[in-house]
Amino acid sequence: MSVPRPAPAGVKGAPGEAGPTPGGKRAIRVLVAKPGLDGHDRGAKVVARALRDAGMEVIYTGLRQTPARIAEAALDEDVDVVGLSSLSGGHRFLFPRVVEELRKRGLDEVIVIGGGIIPAADTQALKAAGVRAVFGPGSTASEIVEFIRAAVAGRDRDVVEPGDQGKGREEGT
Amino acid sequence: MVGEAGRGPAESREKGREKGPTEGRDKGKTDSLTEQRRKWEAETLGRVLGRFPEREERFESLSGLEVGRLYTPEDLEAHDYLRDLGFPGEFPFTRGVQPTMYRGRLWTMRQYAGFGSAAETNRRFKYLLEQGQSGLSVAFDLPTQVGYDSDDPMAEGEVGRVGVAVDSLADMETLFDGIPLDEVSTSMTINAPAAVLLAMYVALAERQGAPLDKLAGTVQNDILKEYVARGAYIFPPEPSMRLVTDLFAYCARELPAWNSISISGYHIREAGATAVQEVAFTLANGVAYVEAAVRAGLDVDVFGPRLSFFLGSHIDFLEEVAKFRAARRLWARLMRDRLGARDPRSWMLRFHTQTAGSSLTAQQPLNNVVRTTLEALAAVLGGTQSLHTNSFDEALALPSEESVMVALRTQQILAYESGVADSVDPLGGSYLIESLTDRIEAEARKYIEEIDRLGGAVAAIEKGFMQREIEESAYRYQRMVEDGRRTVVGVNKFTTRQERTPPLLEVDPEVGRRQREALAEVKRRRDRRAVAARLEALREAARTPGEPLMPLILDAVREYATLGEICGVLREVFGEYEPAGGL
Repeated sequence: MSVPRPAPAGVKGAPGEAGPTPGGKRAIRVLVAKPGLDGHDRGAKVVARALRDAGMEVIYTGLRQTPARIAEAALDEDVDVVGLSSLSGGHRFLFPRVVEELRKRGLDEVIVIGGGIIPAADTQALKAAGVRAVFGPGSTASEIVEFIRAAVAGRDRDVVEPGDQGKGREEGT
Repeated sequence: MVGEAGRGPAESREKGREKGPTEGRDKGKTDSLTEQRRKWEAETLGRVLGRFPEREERFESLSGLEVGRLYTPEDLEAHDYLRDLGFPGEFPFTRGVQPTMYRGRLWTMRQYAGFGSAAETNRRFKYLLEQGQSGLSVAFDLPTQVGYDSDDPMAEGEVGRVGVAVDSLADMETLFDGIPLDEVSTSMTINAPAAVLLAMYVALAERQGAPLDKLAGTVQNDILKEYVARGAYIFPPEPSMRLVTDLFAYCARELPAWNSISISGYHIREAGATAVQEVAFTLANGVAYVEAAVRAGLDVDVFGPRLSFFLGSHIDFLEEVAKFRAARRLWARLMRDRLGARDPRSWMLRFHTQTAGSSLTAQQPLNNVVRTTLEALAAVLGGTQSLHTNSFDEALALPSEESVMVALRTQQILAYESGVADSVDPLGGSYLIESLTDRIEAEARKYIEEIDRLGGAVAAIEKGFMQREIEESAYRYQRMVEDGRRTVVGVNKFTTRQERTPPLLEVDPEVGRRQREALAEVKRRRDRRAVAARLEALREAARTPGEPLMPLILDAVREYATLGEICGVLREVFGEYEPAGGL
């Protein structure tokens, strides 16, 4: 499958810089990333494809990415959202590190979300570390799409919290 | 792949009849059956369908195969009992690889286990053996699986997480402390660095005084499915295939009771493949290994009997039973007719089964006990040689001791209470099971032919063919769940609001630090010069094509060279695999 990479002209610049305007709105850009050594990428690939079908521009990193490399890719690709997937229990260590690496590069506005085998008990710690939402097993792609749209719209309106959307599964319910 | 909507199996068969076989002696009988069936359709069935339509216009298996309303002898018209089924323990082994199957000996109950340190996993092993488990199965952590020591920066945050960390022979000694290696059978889920872990196991057996011809077990050693579906690769395909066949050669010489590979469909299935794709891609990979080993100068009947397989068992019960039988028959035919094996033991597809992790739900986790039971039953009725049953909490975390116990008890209930183990291939002869078995074999053959046209399994993988087919199936399934065409109880139907999370296993967060300290201690105590000399010898051999590597790896592990050091040397010589692009 090919990676859709639109021509850089006209799309680069600080995320949300121009603000959403009907008609001239750029597509939401998402980096789907697999941090650490985990090789389970069924979920990441399914989500990537669903986001693309929902009209977003999606870049998938492939396996075995370090937090620093993910942040670099987020910078290079000028993404609005970074979606992290881990099924190996490495999320506790790796997800917060990705947030840190993004901040180091001044990418504070990039929305970080995560998914995988993540016990409810870990969700609060991940949120405190800057992961905006956690989508566990049973989450639907449409929930993730809705969450991303609301979060990006919220950010562009300078609203800090995007509301409750996407919260469905994140408490392990 | 799928028929027209609403068509029954007998009608499909009729359509294919123009080119079809069957001028058999039962033709008259079948014709009258066909007449009767048509009459039944027009009268009895027609009457009911008019008033009570069926639940679906078209019924489909989990893999998208059309499931008919009713199967009759008409569907088996092209069948020849002796050619297609035969007797258990004989070609084509459709009914099982042993003549008595579970009447003689039950399948091996083998729960995959491993987490944290070698000492903790050793305690879990002993617990499982006390509970009546009959074989061990080692889960290694990810750094071990991709050849990094616990002190490598790439290992940070992952040591001991999804399995046990093994850096050197010292960890192997702890892992099997108090377990005589000539009295258990051990399966090790290790692929890219399989040679290193097997060498450590052999070195430990030598220290225990266990005779090598008594060592029973399996190393997974299946690198091709790592590229396709599991992701724990290190080296590029060519040197990887050299390592695989080198291990075949070593086992053929030194470890006569050891399975030198477990050709795995499980991970392919879990990544989203259909049952047909699972059979096709697994056996295509199997063909590639056999061909590579023959090219390396090995006799197919020397290593052929030590090839084993690993399949998944998913939730579509009947399809799975048929799948196992189809895989067994197809492998026997491929080995005999295509690959020229002459020893009947080379024709046998002996397999381990794991119930489908991807069928488990985080919602209402106790329901997973029921799913696992159905899947385990399908594996038993499909004739598995060993079985892992998943624990009900595995969509949430690694399994707890309690959930593992329920999983093992599930197998024991099937084995000792249900009666299904008392007869060979009890579903054999079912019109539906036999038609589905034929269908899966035929569809899998088509895929294998397509893979052959692409240049074989290795080329097909390098071109991303299998990966794309699997992604397509995974996405199709997800959409079916999301739009409600596929029901998952507790997830998209019959949901409940309040849920109680069961107590989950916590891996000790300190395991990484302790493992790094232990590794430093091993490095302090060993003979540094000897280690360096052994690693150098290995490097030389790796540079020489065709040179056996296993004996040199063994020399190195005996001196406590670490996994990371050995894989480091091989990385320098062989390079690392870079998958071709993301999505």
